[in-house]
This record gives sequence, structure tokens and C-alpha cells, in this order.
Amino acid sequence: MEAKLRAILPDAELLKMYEQMVLSREFEESCAEQYTKGHITGFLHLYSGQEAVAVGATAALHRDDFILSAYREHAQAIVRGAEPKRVMAELFGKATGICKGKGGSMHLFDPSLSFMGGYAIVGGQFPIACGLAFAAKYRKEGRIAACFFGDGAVNQGTFHESLNWARLWELPVLFICENNSYGIGTSVARASALPDIHRRTCGYDIPSERVYGMDVVAVYEAVKRAAEWVREHNRPYLIEAITYRFRGHSMADPGKYRSLAEVELWKSRDPIPGFAKRLVEEGIATEAQLEGIRQQAQVTVAEAVAFAEESPWPEDGEVWEDIYV
Amino acid sequence: MPDMTYRDALNLALKEELRHDPSVVIWGEDVALYEGSFKVTRGLLAEFGEERVKDTPISENTIVGVAVGAAMGGLRPIAELMTVNFALLAMDQIVNHMAKVSSMFGGQTHLPMVIRAPGGGGSQLAAQHSQSLESYFMHCPGLYVAVPATPADAKGLLKSSIRDNNPVMFLEHELLYNSKGEVSDDPEFLVPLGKAQVKREGTDVTIVAYSRMTILALQAAAELEKEGISCEVVDLRTLSPLDTETFVASVKKTGRAVVVEECWHTAGLGGHIASLIYEGCFDLLQSPVQRVSGLDVPMPYSRKIEKLCIPQPESIVAAVRETMSGKY
Ligand SMILES: Cc1ncc(C[n+]2csc(CCOP(=O)(O)OP(=O)(O)O)c2C)c(N)n1
Ligand SMILES: [Mg+2]
Repeated sequence: MEAKLRAILPDAELLKMYEQMVLSREFEESCAEQYTKGHITGFLHLYSGQEAVAVGATAALHRDDFILSAYREHAQAIVRGAEPKRVMAELFGKATGICKGKGGSMHLFDPSLSFMGGYAIVGGQFPIACGLAFAAKYRKEGRIAACFFGDGAVNQGTFHESLNWARLWELPVLFICENNSYGIGTSVARASALPDIHRRTCGYDIPSERVYGMDVVAVYEAVKRAAEWVREHNRPYLIEAITYRFRGHSMADPGKYRSLAEVELWKSRDPIPGFAKRLVEEGIATEAQLEGIRQQAQVTVAEAVAFAEESPWPEDGEVWEDIYV
Repeated sequence: MPDMTYRDALNLALKEELRHDPSVVIWGEDVALYEGSFKVTRGLLAEFGEERVKDTPISENTIVGVAVGAAMGGLRPIAELMTVNFALLAMDQIVNHMAKVSSMFGGQTHLPMVIRAPGGGGSQLAAQHSQSLESYFMHCPGLYVAVPATPADAKGLLKSSIRDNNPVMFLEHELLYNSKGEVSDDPEFLVPLGKAQVKREGTDVTIVAYSRMTILALQAAAELEKEGISCEVVDLRTLSPLDTETFVASVKKTGRAVVVEECWHTAGLGGHIASLIYEGCFDLLQSPVQRVSGLDVPMPYSRKIEKLCIPQPESIVAAVRETMSGKY
């Protein structure tokens, strides 16, 4: 029997999580449309299907805990508090973007939100997360670093170097693997000698667990426990969230390596309607309320697109700015 | 001013900066308990303790990446790579991260960090331990590259690098560690990044050099003086920022230039410097710019043939004579 939602979080927090998942989904689906129209260019990796991980995890972290991620990070930035319109403007390459249009989809960053970046070199964020955790520990700030990454990234040297390092230096890093079964077109089974990713920490004496990443509350509870453990012990921990991306790896991927039946099965586990059903069943929200949330999210995203469209391009002189201080 | 070695000058710079600023921390392979494979970090663990002077696993990419994160998080890390050859394992964090995060994130973060790396050839360490990779780093926007030749510059540039808010590749030359010179013991003695120095004045030809090549250039200049050739030696001191103004001004005065680089000739930094000289004063040149470079070969071990691969004072002398005889 699943625990009642109200026993876990107050109604307002639960509704906020719902709102964030819906906003993330609407944002991503709108990105796909803007890409097709040619307003968003370059690589575009969408998060649809994985919302429960970013939303559940972020809700469980302290507001000033560092978050780092890879290149599929729009939702993580928005859930942490980045304004959708400034993220959309970044994707459009506009001067009003969160990184002045210099980073694009894969490199969102806002230190005022302790959102310490999207990185597009697979595995690049692991050592940086360790460094931020070291700085926080050295300065006795009491914050931890939450480092998101994919199932493909665990086969990079930096993953193993950083696990060893984080344990050796006793660094407060919470590693969160979003196992969506694929690194581009290569399944975990075809890439990992040990496909149970959470078990790969045993060589570094780092505790770990697996959580069902299509359930926002399950993610929330696991990350909450883990983050407090990391904070208290100043030691790393790893969570493997089992999830799935509904779209291709990027907009350029037709997704021929997975069967329609597999995709349909996972779509039936969509974290958003599943959570909506529980909210209604447990009397936390009415259908009408949830529909209102969805409509509001659509308005927010439409405003973000309008803002991005109307925003100016960067000045030519910007190419020489920000490289050195 | 006391005389001290290049090694001790670097050591003093580290100690002064660790005393000066509690956000300075240092790590690398064998830097703490073992006091550094070249003993540059001698005495640091004893004075500053395990919190600030840290041994690391043999994980070069992560040594650099942790420094990137720590710098973002408000510290001033100094990371030592045991030798520059191992920087190749860290090129991802150096080139894709350290050099990029400031601009890629729209100037919202900067990295006050230094990567120290000894390097260069001449110790019969063979192909994998004798490389001069300065052109690799100089090629990459977003990094500063310091290449001190003297103990005084070693101290002053390292202190400036630590205090600077940009990421610096600080390349030390293994054959200079025991060289001696006067070094200021003033804890506020700094050598600015991006300022070349005329190490010897002359009128006939300008020799542009850096790091150990500056020392060889000065030896060559002393030799050439006996023949009545007056050489001006410009020591670049940093390759990035590059002080083009100073060496172009010198060549405008002398009308001739020899560029000395320890790295490989092909696509080496000497070609870039020569092009800047041509752009800056083509019409004043009395003969083509000469380059003296490392040979385009993986370094052999045997000292008899290793010597052929690294610029020597004699090869600089020969290049200067060539430029004196050559005419457009
Ligand atoms: C070092 C490096 N190698 C290869 C790539 C190309 N690449 C981009 S994403 C990706 C797959 C990563 O998969 P995973 O870590 O599971 O993340 P997901 O895309 O599933 O979120 C690859 C191979 C890269 N960006 N960086
Ligand atoms: Mg994946």
C-alpha cells in the first residue's frame, strides 16, 4: 500500500510539484515546436517523461544546494527557479537569455540560484561537482552538491575518478543518475558490464539505492533521506532513478533503436497523469484545479516564447566579452 | 635582495600566497606528504595543514575539474600536475571546462585558479616525459599561459597568477629549478601577466624567447657580442596574454628577428609570433624572421641525439648569423 500523499508533504507542496512537472512538459513540447519552426537551432535534448526526477529531487534539496547537470537540463533549471522566458530566450540565442545567448540549450547557468551549469561533455560535471562540494565544506556553508547525469555517463573515467575522490576527501556530493535506459541509441545493457548502475559504487564504499523515477513522491522521499545523510556525514551517496525519455535523444533522433511497444509501455507510466490521479483520489485537488494549472503553464510558456521572439539579438561586440575578467 | 633558486622562488610565492589569503588551497599528486616530485611544495603541509595542502589520487582530469568547481565555489585553488605531459589526460577539463565556463555561461562565473605544471626536455626522459606543450594552451582562448625564465619572474608571475581571477596554466621548466638569481623577498612583489621584458638590450637583432629558451638566448647573445653582433633579448614571460607591442617595438628598432621555441616547429607558437612581427613591421625588416624550434620528432632518450631535438645556444647563434647575412 502506498503511503497517503498528505502524510508526506503539505497540499501546497504537492500541488507545486504537480505544477512544476506540467510546466516542464509544456516547456519542452513548446521547444520542439519552436525547433521545427527554426527558432531554436543547434542541439536540442528534451526532458519529456523524466520530469518526476528533476521535480522530486529539487523539492528535496535546500534552496542553496548546488545543482549540476548535463545538457538535458531545461527542466532542472526552471524547477530550481530560472524564469522560463529567460531560458526560452537563451534557446533562441537572444541577448536576454540566461547566459546572454552564449550557452544555448546545453549550457544553462545561474549562480544566484546555485544552478551551476549544464555541461555537454558527457561526464564533465562530476569533478566540478566535487570541487563545489569541497569549496562548500571548506567554507563551512552546510550546502551539498547534487550532480545529475545519465546512464551513459557512468562509463566515463571522470565518474570513477570522482566517486573515488568524493569518498576519499569526504565530500558532500549527491550523485543522481537518471537512468533512461539509453545513451543516444545504445542501451544500458549494451554499454555497462554491470547494468545495475547503483551497484557500481561498491568499489568506492559509497552507499547507493535505486528509486522508481516515474513517481515524483518516491524520488522526493529518496532524495530527501539521501541529501540529509550527505549533509550530516559529509560523504557522497548515489541515487539511481529509473526513468524514460518519451522523445528521441535529441530532435535529430528518429529513435529507431527502441520498439513502439516499449515506448508505449513507458508512456503509460507517464509521471504527470499518474500523480494527477492520486491528487484527485486523495482529495488534494479537483480535476478543474489541475486543468487550471495546466492552462496557466501554457500561458507561461506562450509568454516565454513571445518574450524570446521579441528579444534582441546579442550585439556583435559581445563575442569578445566574458572570456576573461 | 637574496639569491635563490627558481624552485625556492616558487616555493616562497606559494607560501606567501597561502599566508596572504585563506581561500588559497593547493593539491596534486604527491604535493603534501612527499612535498612535490620537484620539491616545489616543500614545507607547505607542515605550515598549512591537511585542509589546505592536499594529496590527490592519480586522476589528472579530476585534479583540474575539482579545481574548476572549487574556483566557482569561491576558493583560489592551485593544482599541480606532476608534469605537463600528464596535462594531456586533463585536456577535457582544461580546454572544455576551465577555458570555457566563463564565456559559455555569459560571464556569470570566473575561475581564479592556477594549474602548475613542470615540463620541457633535456633530462633524457624520452618521448613521453620531455614535451613542451605550451603552444597547445596558447592556442586555446580562455586560458592564460605563464612561462617564467628566471627565479624573480617565477615568484612574481606565480603570485600574480594566484591573485588573478582568470584561469592560468603556469608552466615551469624542469631544467630551471636549480637556476639561481636575485629574488625580492617583498610579499607584495608581483610581475604582471601580459608584460614581456627586455632581458638584454641590443641594436642589431631581436631574439624573442620564453622560459628556458630565454636563458639560452642570453647565452647566445653573450657569444655573439664577441663577434660584434648586438642582440636584444625579449622574454615573453606570458604567452597569453601576449605582449605583442613589446617585441614588435624591439624588432622595429633592430630590423631583424629570431624566434626561439622549445616546442615542435610545425604549428608551433614561433610561427604565430613571426606572423605578428610581419604584420607589425614588415616594411622595417631587413631580413626574414628566423625560427629556432624543437625538432618535429618524438623525443629520443639517448643524450647524444636528444640534444639535436632541443634548441641549443649554438643553434640560436647560427640563426642570428643567418638573419644578419640574409637580405630581402
Ligand atoms: C565526451 C562525450 N562523448 C560523447 C558525446 C556525445 N553524446 C552526447 S549525449 C550522449 C549520450 C549520453 O547518454 P546518457 O548519459 O545516458 O544521457 P541521456 O542523453 O540519456 O540523458 C553521447 C554519447 C559527448 N557529448 N561527450
Ligand atoms: Mg540515458
